[in-house]
Amino acid sequence: MKQRTLLKIAWQSIAKNTMRTLLTMLGIVIGVAAVIVMVAVGNGAQSQIEASITSLGTDLIVVSPGSSAQGGVSQGAGSFNRLTVADAEKLKSLGTTLAAVSPVISTRQVVIGPAGNWRTSINGVAPDYMTIRDWSAASGDIFIDADVKAARKIAMIGATVAKNLFPGVDAVGAQIQIGHVPFVVSAVLAAKGQNASGADQDDVILVPYTTAQNRLSGNVRLGQILASSFSPNDIAAAQSEITAIMRESHRLDSDTEDDFTVRNQTEIAKAATSTTAVMSGLLAAIASISLLVGGIGIMNIMLVSVTERTREIGIRMAIGARGSDVLTQFLVESVVMSILGGIVGLGVGYAGSMILARFTGWSMAVPVSAVLIAVGFSAGVGVFFGYYPARKAARLNPIEALRYE
Amino acid sequence: MTVSGALAPAAHPVIEIAGVQKVYVMGTNSVFALRGVDLTVRAGELLCIMGSSGSGKSTLMNILGCLDVPTEGRYVLDGVRVDGLSRNALADLRNEKLGFVFQGFNLLARTSAIENVELPLLYDRQRRWTNTRQLAADALKRVGLGDRLDHQPNELSGGQQQRVAIARALVTQPTLLLADEPTGNLDSHMTVEVMALFQDLNAQGITILIVTHEPDVARYAKRIVEVRDGRIIRDQAVAVHRSAADDLLALGAEDPVVVVRPEATAAA
Repeated sequence: MKQRTLLKIAWQSIAKNTMRTLLTMLGIVIGVAAVIVMVAVGNGAQSQIEASITSLGTDLIVVSPGSSAQGGVSQGAGSFNRLTVADAEKLKSLGTTLAAVSPVISTRQVVIGPAGNWRTSINGVAPDYMTIRDWSAASGDIFIDADVKAARKIAMIGATVAKNLFPGVDAVGAQIQIGHVPFVVSAVLAAKGQNASGADQDDVILVPYTTAQNRLSGNVRLGQILASSFSPNDIAAAQSEITAIMRESHRLDSDTEDDFTVRNQTEIAKAATSTTAVMSGLLAAIASISLLVGGIGIMNIMLVSVTERTREIGIRMAIGARGSDVLTQFLVESVVMSILGGIVGLGVGYAGSMILARFTGWSMAVPVSAVLIAVGFSAGVGVFFGYYPARKAARLNPIEALRYE
Repeated sequence: MTVSGALAPAAHPVIEIAGVQKVYVMGTNSVFALRGVDLTVRAGELLCIMGSSGSGKSTLMNILGCLDVPTEGRYVLDGVRVDGLSRNALADLRNEKLGFVFQGFNLLARTSAIENVELPLLYDRQRRWTNTRQLAADALKRVGLGDRLDHQPNELSGGQQQRVAIARALVTQPTLLLADEPTGNLDSHMTVEVMALFQDLNAQGITILIVTHEPDVARYAKRIVEVRDGRIIRDQAVAVHRSAADDLLALGAEDPVVVVRPEATAAA
């Protein structure tokens, strides 16, 4: 039989049972729509997380103190801190791949402002810090090297701190007290939002590292040294250069392990991205269960249909249809139904993710691969779940089928 | 008017069966439906197989219709050895050489008359037919339903439905038209109507085999074969058989069958 005739016969039978066809298709429609929406949500979340990691600066390199071992027991990171300002200065002057270098001294202090007090992180940094973190001031001026050299008592406050200490007023030029030391607010930083792990990046005050050492922490050791390479492609080279300079600076001979660690954000980004990839895979897997259920719905209806149309099958066989003709007819019916359902589901899923995107503000992307997989999968479902009923039809005995009431 | 039933003995055989047995095995019991049947049907015959229910006539019909295969014996249909053929080969044979008319009409529901008639042409494996729509329309015109092409079965009377079924059986130009209780679901008027059509088609040279238990139907045949307990107990030619067309006139035909036949004037 010609393929066009086959399609026509299948279509006639689908069109003759409009209600049943629509209900059967509904299962596939919901399945495919669910897969599309879930993949879109997964992709949206992934790009959201990637964006927030990029906000840290992708060419960011972090040098942290190493660990020491006592009697074979590692004491953990930071137990043997030998990071100094001198290390940072050497990196700055000798590093050829480094665009910016800043020491970081962290402490937590209570800050007193006109509207009350607020406990927050105080980071002693160099002006390069702003370059490394790709950060700018919303108002006021970023401090310069001269301010650092003079260890001036000026502070750049994050947006969250400004909101709590100076609600509704411009903080620039105002006085605050960090610990017992009075500072002048020189700038309010631009809001940066949450980082990848959900911490508020704006709940911070930046002061010159010299001031932090002298006035706030009293510790000559640095919590971290931050650096950035000229471009993300140079990160590997920059990391090895930092390691070389640091080993030289700490006079480590070739047998000694590093007493510091050098890490970059791409590793963190990679870990976070793979986590979200697993998550969106999981979402898609859950959604495909509904596609499976839709497929079982098709099988169910096709089985009913075969029983209901036993006499029709008998007639077709009596006038010369082979078993394979009947098999193909029923298979084409279920595949046409599931592909139609897939296409409608695609539209519903696309519309659904657009609506969701509007309400959540996430950027939802429906990748072409998901579209192809969803439609291909629904056709596969049609073949897989249509085959058993179709085979049942094809194996009917024409005499018994004709006698069937 | 009566029609002579004499046939030229030279007409080639359409059906030849010899020693055909059919045994159904039910658990440990063997049920003999046919106990060795010999029958030859020649081209141009209008043959009635009669028998009560359980006589084996349905089994014989199924075997002759290539829907079933004999347990034992030989069956040659139009020169083709049928016994031992595969399911697919039987299906192809049914499509090529046979036309079926059933008691319950067996038309596809919610499918127009012309689509029903077109169906066997679509299942042809050798793709002999090109203009299937036109052929279906012609067949419907031949049984007097040229103005009902797009009617669905539920919009037609029983007699009309049976005529659609006959058109469907004719459309492939089969060697043999097999009718299984074709008038079983029809009232006496429609019965005569359908028999008139069969007689007319037979007069045009189509070989027809009717299975029935109604003597009313059998009296229109040229030859009657009676089956009982799986054996043929009577096989006789009807020298003078009734004309259904005349009976129809006598009944005062309210819905006369209009049979369009190319040689209509010549036959009259």
